[in-house]
Amino acid sequence: MSTSVTMRPCGDFRTSYKQDTTIFETKTIRWFAILAIAFACFAPFILDAYYLTLFIQVSYLGIAALGLNILVGFTGQISLGHGAFFGFGAFASAWLNTQFNIPVVFCIPLAGFLTMAVGMMFGMPAARIKGLYLAIATLAAQFIIEDFFGRAEWFSGGSAGSLAEPINIFGFTFDTDESFYYVALFALVFMFIWGCNLMRTRDGRAFVAVRDHYLSAEIMGVKLNKYRLLSFGISSFYAGIGGALYAHYLGYVSAEGFTIFMSIQFLAMVIIGGLGSIKGTLMGVVFMVLLPEAMEASVSLVKETSIGAHPMLVDGLAYIKEMAIGLVIILFLIFEPEGLAHRWNQIKNYWKSYPFAY
Amino acid sequence: MNTDLLLQLITNGLIVGLLYGVVGMCFVLVYKSTQIVNFAQGEFLLLGAWVCWAFLVYMQIPFFLGFIFTMIFMAIFGVLLQLIVLRPMIGEPIISVIMVTIGLSIFFQALTKWIFGVAPQSYPKVFEADSVNILGMSIEPAYLMSMVIAVLIMIGFYLFFKHSKHGLAMRATAFDQQAAQSLGISVKQVFAMSWGIAATVSATAGVVMGMVNGVSDSLSVMGIKVFPAVILGGLDSIVGAIVGGLTIGVLENLAEFFDSQFLHIGNMYDIAPFYVLLIILWFKPYGLFGTKDIERI
Repeated sequence: MSTSVTMRPCGDFRTSYKQDTTIFETKTIRWFAILAIAFACFAPFILDAYYLTLFIQVSYLGIAALGLNILVGFTGQISLGHGAFFGFGAFASAWLNTQFNIPVVFCIPLAGFLTMAVGMMFGMPAARIKGLYLAIATLAAQFIIEDFFGRAEWFSGGSAGSLAEPINIFGFTFDTDESFYYVALFALVFMFIWGCNLMRTRDGRAFVAVRDHYLSAEIMGVKLNKYRLLSFGISSFYAGIGGALYAHYLGYVSAEGFTIFMSIQFLAMVIIGGLGSIKGTLMGVVFMVLLPEAMEASVSLVKETSIGAHPMLVDGLAYIKEMAIGLVIILFLIFEPEGLAHRWNQIKNYWKSYPFAY
Repeated sequence: MNTDLLLQLITNGLIVGLLYGVVGMCFVLVYKSTQIVNFAQGEFLLLGAWVCWAFLVYMQIPFFLGFIFTMIFMAIFGVLLQLIVLRPMIGEPIISVIMVTIGLSIFFQALTKWIFGVAPQSYPKVFEADSVNILGMSIEPAYLMSMVIAVLIMIGFYLFFKHSKHGLAMRATAFDQQAAQSLGISVKQVFAMSWGIAATVSATAGVVMGMVNGVSDSLSVMGIKVFPAVILGGLDSIVGAIVGGLTIGVLENLAEFFDSQFLHIGNMYDIAPFYVLLIILWFKPYGLFGTKDIERI
C-alpha cells in the first residue's frame, strides 16, 4: 500500500504507526494545504489592509493559543496565567532589544526562552498539585506577574510601557501591515508545523499519556514531573513567541493589556476550538478574533433603526462584546464541549458517507 | 512604629477578614456539595449589591425591606443558575466546569457594567452616626454591622448544618453522593439549594461591602481574594474558610502596614495574599483543615 493515497478510504485501514501519525492523511489534503499557503502568500496583493490586520492578530494569538492547547488540551494541566506569559514575552523581547541591542529577529526566540524559564518556575507547583489547585496556583502567577509589570521599571518601563522596534532583516524593515503579514504567516506556519510534529514524538505521546491517565503513564515509565514541567515550558515558550510578535507588530507594549481577562480569552479560544486539537486551536482563534468584529458589524447594521440608536447599545458596545465572550464560553461548554474541531469532523464524516451512511 | 495605625489596621483586617470568611464559606459550601469551584463568587457579591442598590435608589424602598427582597431575588437567581447552566455540566472534566463559572463571571461582570455603569455609587445613608467609638478606636457603624452580620451568618450556618434536616442532607451528600442518593436524598435539590444559599449569603456580604466602600466593579475582586483564604483553610473545610479569611484579612493589612512604614514597594495590599497562596500551595496544598486527597488505583 502506498504511504499516501488520494482519497481517504471509508473505514480504518491503517496498518502502521507511521500511517497513524502522519500529518496529512491523503495527498489531496497535503496539496490543499500547500495551495492554501501559496494563496496566502499573495493575499496582501488582493485583500484589504483590514483583513491583513485580522490575520496578523490571528497569527500571534494563534501561536500563544497553540501553546495553551499543548498544556491544557494535550497534557491536561490547567493554566489561568497564559495572558501574563504572553505579556512577559512581549516585554522581554522589547527589553532585550533596547537594553542589549540584540537584533529583533534574535530577540523573538530569546524572549520565547526567557518566558519558558518563567513559565517553568511558576509551573513548578504542578509537580505537586494538579486539577483545580493548579488552576488556582496559576491564577496567583497571573496576578504576581501582572504586578511585576507594573513595578519593574527597568524591565517593562513601569506604567509608561516600553517601545519595541519593528523587525529588521538585512536592512529591510517590516513596519507595514503588508510586510509584517509575511512575518506573521511564516511564524504561524512554522510554529504550527512544529506543534504538529511535537505531538508525534515521544514527548508528545508522553503528554497525552499524562493527560489520559497519569498513574498508568507513571507505571509505564513516563516521568510525570518532567513532562508536566516540560509542558509548562513549551506552552510558555509559545506564549512568549506570540507576545514578542505582538510587541514588534504594535511597536509599543503597555502593562495594562495582559490581565486575567486575556488569559481567559486564550482558554476560551482553546475550548471553543477543541481541546487537544491543533487544527481546532486555529479555528477557535479565528472565532474569537471574529466575534467582536461580528458584534460591531451587527450593531452598526441596526444603527439606523429605532432600537439601534438607543444609547445603551451604542455606548455599551464594549460591554456587549465582553458579555458575548462569556456567553459563548458557556454555550459552547454546554452544547459543544468538544469544540469546533469536533463539529468539523462530524460535518466531514456526514458528507463522506452521503447519501448512504453505512 | 505607629502602634495606633497598626491597631486600626488589624481591626480593619479582622472585619474584612470576617467577610472573606463568609464568602469563603459559600465557596466551600458549593465546592463541598457539588464539586464545583466557583469562579463567579465575586459576581454574586456584585450582583447582590447592585440589585439592593437599585431597590433602594430607583424604587425608594426602605433599607431592610430592600435587603430582604435582594435576598429573595438572589436565592432564586442562584437556584436558576444551577438549574440552567451548571446541571448540564455534571460529570464534565474539571477544566470545563471551571471555564463555565469563569464564563458566568465575565458575563455578569459585563452585564452589571452595562446596566449600572462603571462609576462607583454609594448607598443611601442607613445609620445616623458617622462613627462609633469602641475602646478608643473609631469604627464605622457599617463595619460594625458587617461584623454582626458575618457572625450571625456563621452561627446560622452552624445551626443549619447541625440541626436541620436539609443541612443533614447536604452534609450527607457532600460525604458520599451515591450513599445519600440511595437513602432517598434528592441530590438535585441539594445542589440547587447549595447554589441558592451561596448566592444569597454572598449577596449579603456584597451589600455590606457596598455600604462601606460604595458599589462598584471592584466588589468582584472579593471573588478572587477568597482563593487565598480557602486554600489556606483547606478547600473543603468550612471552619478553615473562616480561619483562612481572618488570616488573609489581617495579613493583607499587615503587609500594607509594613510596606507603607518600611519597605515602600507599593501595591502590597493587593498582591501579598497571592504570594501567600503560592507558598501554601507549595508546602501544604491541602491547607490547614482540608482533607488530603488520597488516590487509589
